[in-house]
Amino acid sequence: MSKSSSVSIGNQKTNLVPFSAWMVVFVLVPIALVVWFAFTGVDGFTFSNLKWIYVYKSTLWLSVKLAFIATVISLVLAYPIAYSMSRASEKVQRNATLFIMLPMWMNFLVRTYAWMTILEDTGLINSVLKAIFGADFQSLSLINNHGSVVLGMVYNYLPYMILPIYTALTKIDGSLLEAARDLGARGHQVLARVILPMSVPGIISGITMVFIPSISTFIISKILGGGKDYLVGDLIEDYFLGNSGVVNYNIGAALSLVIMILILIATFLMNHFDKDAKTNGGGVI
Amino acid sequence: MKKNFYRIAISSLLVLLIVAGLTACGERGEQTEEKAKSEKVTLNVYNWGEYIDQSVLDDFEEETGIKVNYTTYASNEEMYSKIVSGAASYDVIIPSEYMISKMINEDLLAELDFSNIPNYSMIGDDYKRLDYDPEEKYSVPYTWGTVVIVYNTQYVDEEDVEDESVNLLWNEKFKGKILMFDNPRDAFALAHSKLGQSLNTLDRGQWDAAAEELMKQKKFVQAYVMDQVFDKMISEEAYIAPYYAGDALTMMDENENLAAYVPKEGANKFFDAMCVLKSSRHKKEAEQFINFMCDTEIAVRNAEEVCYAIPQIEAFKELDEETQEDTMIYPPDDVLSRCEVFIDLPQEVLEWQSELWIKLKTCY
Repeated sequence: MSKSSSVSIGNQKTNLVPFSAWMVVFVLVPIALVVWFAFTGVDGFTFSNLKWIYVYKSTLWLSVKLAFIATVISLVLAYPIAYSMSRASEKVQRNATLFIMLPMWMNFLVRTYAWMTILEDTGLINSVLKAIFGADFQSLSLINNHGSVVLGMVYNYLPYMILPIYTALTKIDGSLLEAARDLGARGHQVLARVILPMSVPGIISGITMVFIPSISTFIISKILGGGKDYLVGDLIEDYFLGNSGVVNYNIGAALSLVIMILILIATFLMNHFDKDAKTNGGGVI
Repeated sequence: MKKNFYRIAISSLLVLLIVAGLTACGERGEQTEEKAKSEKVTLNVYNWGEYIDQSVLDDFEEETGIKVNYTTYASNEEMYSKIVSGAASYDVIIPSEYMISKMINEDLLAELDFSNIPNYSMIGDDYKRLDYDPEEKYSVPYTWGTVVIVYNTQYVDEEDVEDESVNLLWNEKFKGKILMFDNPRDAFALAHSKLGQSLNTLDRGQWDAAAEELMKQKKFVQAYVMDQVFDKMISEEAYIAPYYAGDALTMMDENENLAAYVPKEGANKFFDAMCVLKSSRHKKEAEQFINFMCDTEIAVRNAEEVCYAIPQIEAFKELDEETQEDTMIYPPDDVLSRCEVFIDLPQEVLEWQSELWIKLKTCY
């Protein structure tokens, strides 16, 4: 880019000041505090907080597992939705985007509570089934299990999977698809060898945006898991708030650090994939 | 050139605003005490959820011109950690007895000036100089009550409850229909009662045994809840739940199939009392608030709403007879003698409790 064509107001360095200040105050300092707490205790510097990672390995494993399942389900659901959206007329696309965003205007907690009243034994689904099959109908246990927690994650985070994929798909030049067909590719071949590879950046960004909030959630597991599917987010909350009778920022911080490292690894792997597919300019939100 | 001018103008304006804001803050900090009299004071009141008649707060604001900023918590531990972390400043808090003694020991509570709380004279002598505040310096009793077991008569047969035992919470027949406290102190207390132990036991073996009981119970439990207990019991999503007596009555008002009893093995008897934090900058207004809450008419109205037992003698006399004789709210002496008040457990025991509780929660 030549100097004359770049439209920039003021000095490039000073323009970065608000951004940098924001990053330092709200990102770097908190992360530094987490690291500080994770490696300190009553007697100063220590590695002993890290042993709790081992103690709570089953909780960490459950959190990773449920977040992973939720991400896979979201991807499987989101891709066809995003695809059909990207192929629809402009008006339909606008409305569809609106409908996907609509639930997000409501508070996250309210939406999750709403699922509670749908899934309960006396909830909407079971009441309808009872009305159809009679009062003797044995209600389905739909809540307070792994399934309901995963459902809560998928429901709440699905838009974050659909929208990036949709953006990536709309950016694919239609003439490329025509070219693929002209050169003899069948429908599924066009999908597998042209559309799918070109939407990888959207998929990656969707996966990151669903996996990260899922692995660190604590309220979905509390509301839809009945406090029995205790995830690592709940554990961290309890250590910071002292719900179990003892406040311990150090253990809480050590566990937060694990989540951050898991997320970093996931992002790193994702970027790696992304690079392999960097042959096209897909859209990443 | 023109653009440059705007930018300079806007940035200098911003700087001015920030500086002005900062100095204003500084001033406010210094002049608080002088201004407190002339300006509108905001009192931060921190109380349990669903534990006040909100209209009482409006009356207080109207009468005194003091604005009340009312917030709630779900457990003593939540309140304590909020205050200790310094994340927010409060003036009046209403914790339970064991938390009050902990906070007195940690020098978090202010000594009250009882000349500002003349209505304290109407508090019954039975509720003064209790173990948590033996010199009656720091607290004014708000309500008291016991933990009861609420059950739904439509689903729980008479024979299951005729012994009025805490074992109902461990009854396999109601698997998936039992709710349990989502805080360790109350949950362990029920297990201690089941085993005939003191709720304040300092014996590690007894804590382990109680934890084992809770572990056994986990497969019968539908969910660990606090305030959600209202919805789940009223909608008959769950049939059995332990909870605080006053809240149990609120649930029974909403669903006539619900009944409750104080378990024969004993239960926790609690006192919640109003305290002022040492860090409060409006101690006098805080005392004014406490005095207002002890006013007979206000106490009656509040008691009718929250359904808990009140320590204010004059107000008690004003209550309707049915309430006065309700053995759920004011249990007879033989029931109360089986109940036990929590004490502030030593740190070591709290660590056991925390360790065992998290073990219970992380066992899938």
